[in-house]
Amino acid sequence: MQPLLYRYDGSFEGFLCCVFDSYARKEQPTEICEESTAQLSLFPVHRVVTDPAHAKRVFSSLRARISAKAEDLVLLGFLTCMHERERVLLQFIRLGFRYGAKVTDMLSDPTVSALEKAVGHLREEAHLLLGFVRFSEYEGRLAAVISPKNQVLPLMQAHFCARFPEETFCIYDDVHNEALLYRPHVGGIFSISAFSLPEADAREQYFRSLWRVFYETIAIQDRENPKCRQTQMPKRYWPHLTEMRPE
Amino acid sequence: MTTLEKLKILTDAAKYDVACTSSGVDRAGKAGALGSSAACGICHSFSADGRCISLLKVLFTNRCICDCQYCLNRRSNDMPRAAFTPRELADLTIAFYRRNYIEGLFLSSGILRNADYTCEMLLETLRILRREYHFRGYIHVKAIPGADEQLLARLGLLADRMSVNIEMPSEKSLQKLCPEKTRQSVLHPMGWIAERIAQNTHELAKYRHAPAFVPAGQSTQMIVGATPESDFQILRLAQGLYQNYGLKRVFYSAYIPVSDSALLPPLGSKPPLQREHRLYQADWLMRFYGFQAQELLDEAHPNLHPQLDPKCCWALRHPEFFPVELERADPHTLLRVPGIGPKSMRAILRARRAGSLRLEALPKLGVVCKRAQYFITCSGRRPKDLVLTPEAMWRALLPAPKKGAAPLPGQLCWEDFMPRMSGGNHAAASLPL
Ligand code: SF4
Repeated sequence: MQPLLYRYDGSFEGFLCCVFDSYARKEQPTEICEESTAQLSLFPVHRVVTDPAHAKRVFSSLRARISAKAEDLVLLGFLTCMHERERVLLQFIRLGFRYGAKVTDMLSDPTVSALEKAVGHLREEAHLLLGFVRFSEYEGRLAAVISPKNQVLPLMQAHFCARFPEETFCIYDDVHNEALLYRPHVGGIFSISAFSLPEADAREQYFRSLWRVFYETIAIQDRENPKCRQTQMPKRYWPHLTEMRPE
Repeated sequence: MTTLEKLKILTDAAKYDVACTSSGVDRAGKAGALGSSAACGICHSFSADGRCISLLKVLFTNRCICDCQYCLNRRSNDMPRAAFTPRELADLTIAFYRRNYIEGLFLSSGILRNADYTCEMLLETLRILRREYHFRGYIHVKAIPGADEQLLARLGLLADRMSVNIEMPSEKSLQKLCPEKTRQSVLHPMGWIAERIAQNTHELAKYRHAPAFVPAGQSTQMIVGATPESDFQILRLAQGLYQNYGLKRVFYSAYIPVSDSALLPPLGSKPPLQREHRLYQADWLMRFYGFQAQELLDEAHPNLHPQLDPKCCWALRHPEFFPVELERADPHTLLRVPGIGPKSMRAILRARRAGSLRLEALPKLGVVCKRAQYFITCSGRRPKDLVLTPEAMWRALLPAPKKGAAPLPGQLCWEDFMPRMSGGNHAAASLPL
């Protein structure tokens, strides 16, 4: 197959337009990537223009021609850090249009299994982070920073907004540069280019030290098992965990 | 004493209680309140021993009028003592909860003055949390044996889970080690809680807004390795507790020597962690895989195998059950195959619906083929190049010995493991080769 590159604007709508163009032009791109991260290429490139009407047509056909489950999988798949994410998703949609609703059960197909796995990974990471987020209090407001591999905030939003209905808080994802912002009783996810937290005050330092004392004391020395801890709580989360950061 | 010092002492005193799950109850957040609970449970951290930290697990006080030999807090033990005040502890819980350090509180206590007084302290702590802070997070509280039922009833309306520790796997051991306790003094509150839960379920069915009594149920813990009971005795007891008291969980805690009492393993001896691990696996098989204690062990094999997981052991002892045909087997049968769990079982059912199964696709479905291959066929096909004599299977299923590791004391060989089959070729013959 001739290499053929698609470039798009990186948005979900833009991706749906890649699907649209691929059908309209009767071609299969070998690579789809975001304009801003794309490198200069010697191969033919098609620049996909984001057209909301096209995006809408593709999106509604996911549910109508495949299933609600497939629609979910595409939405979630787009939030993952899967290798060649857009190409796998396009391939999945093509399979879906061919086989219908049963595509989501075709786990032995490499595309379907790759997508399932990536979405599983996304869900797992979002679940882990429900626990690993550490807020600090700044004048009554709570703020936290996370560095996830996947775009997890959309999966965490409902949990935190329901849990802290009367708080004002912010969770900043410094990898994808977006933040979940909430004040009673409105919240949403916003793109943010930079975000920094002030120094913690004495009161905040005090609670951190209480938490560290608890953390250190609760471990049973005779059962020490650093390997098990690290599997359960991978090292890449440690930089934001109060108890793993000596102060 | 500062809160920090108290926290250190009272965490240290609580850490041997193994239960730390926040699971079993779904409670959405609510405007005007603080917090929620997720039925799946959420781990907030993992301590250096690899255990999940979900709840602020502390004792209200480590002062105690009792003298249980296996317990750090026994009155005859010389150690620093402390007690929180209800407000101090409630404030600490809220400060931790808002920072997302924890899912909630796990509150236990030594017995201060008497059971009723202790119970009232716990009650006041929970009242501040629930009524003043409108806290909707998870609360697990220890029922203090011997406390007035009125007090326990009020405690149960504020908590999500209540537990009474059975502590010792047999009445004899309990009497020997806890002079103030009897099996009855433990089972009585357990039975009472079970009854209250049943009654409450009834009330809730009738009046949707009836207050919920320990909606996440009750659990218990027993200490393993401090006394001579076999795994078979322990699992039968656990099974009885699940059946008769509707317990949500039985926790097993490898005994860590904390006392120089002649009745107990000496200080410095290693906690039986491997044994504890196997008990959890067997417990899991009883709760989620439909196994009975009597299937996993019997008088002739009273202990779980140290190196091989209980499901593999069971499978090797029951060649007549295998091979299982993955294309047709029902969910229960699938679950009995080593290397297949609830998740891969569901994946197999899904894949079956989408078309025919292929052996090669099994790893993608989450099946651990290294183990499963000996026990399955797929559209009549068996994995190739397998030696299916029991000896070979047994050797293949054992974990590879670590380089340079000395053989475990009391290591079993194939014949010890299956005396019933060592004579003839019976097992090999029943497996289609
Ligand atoms: S009653 Fe509880 S705290 Fe007191 S000594 Fe016995 S086990 Fe320990």
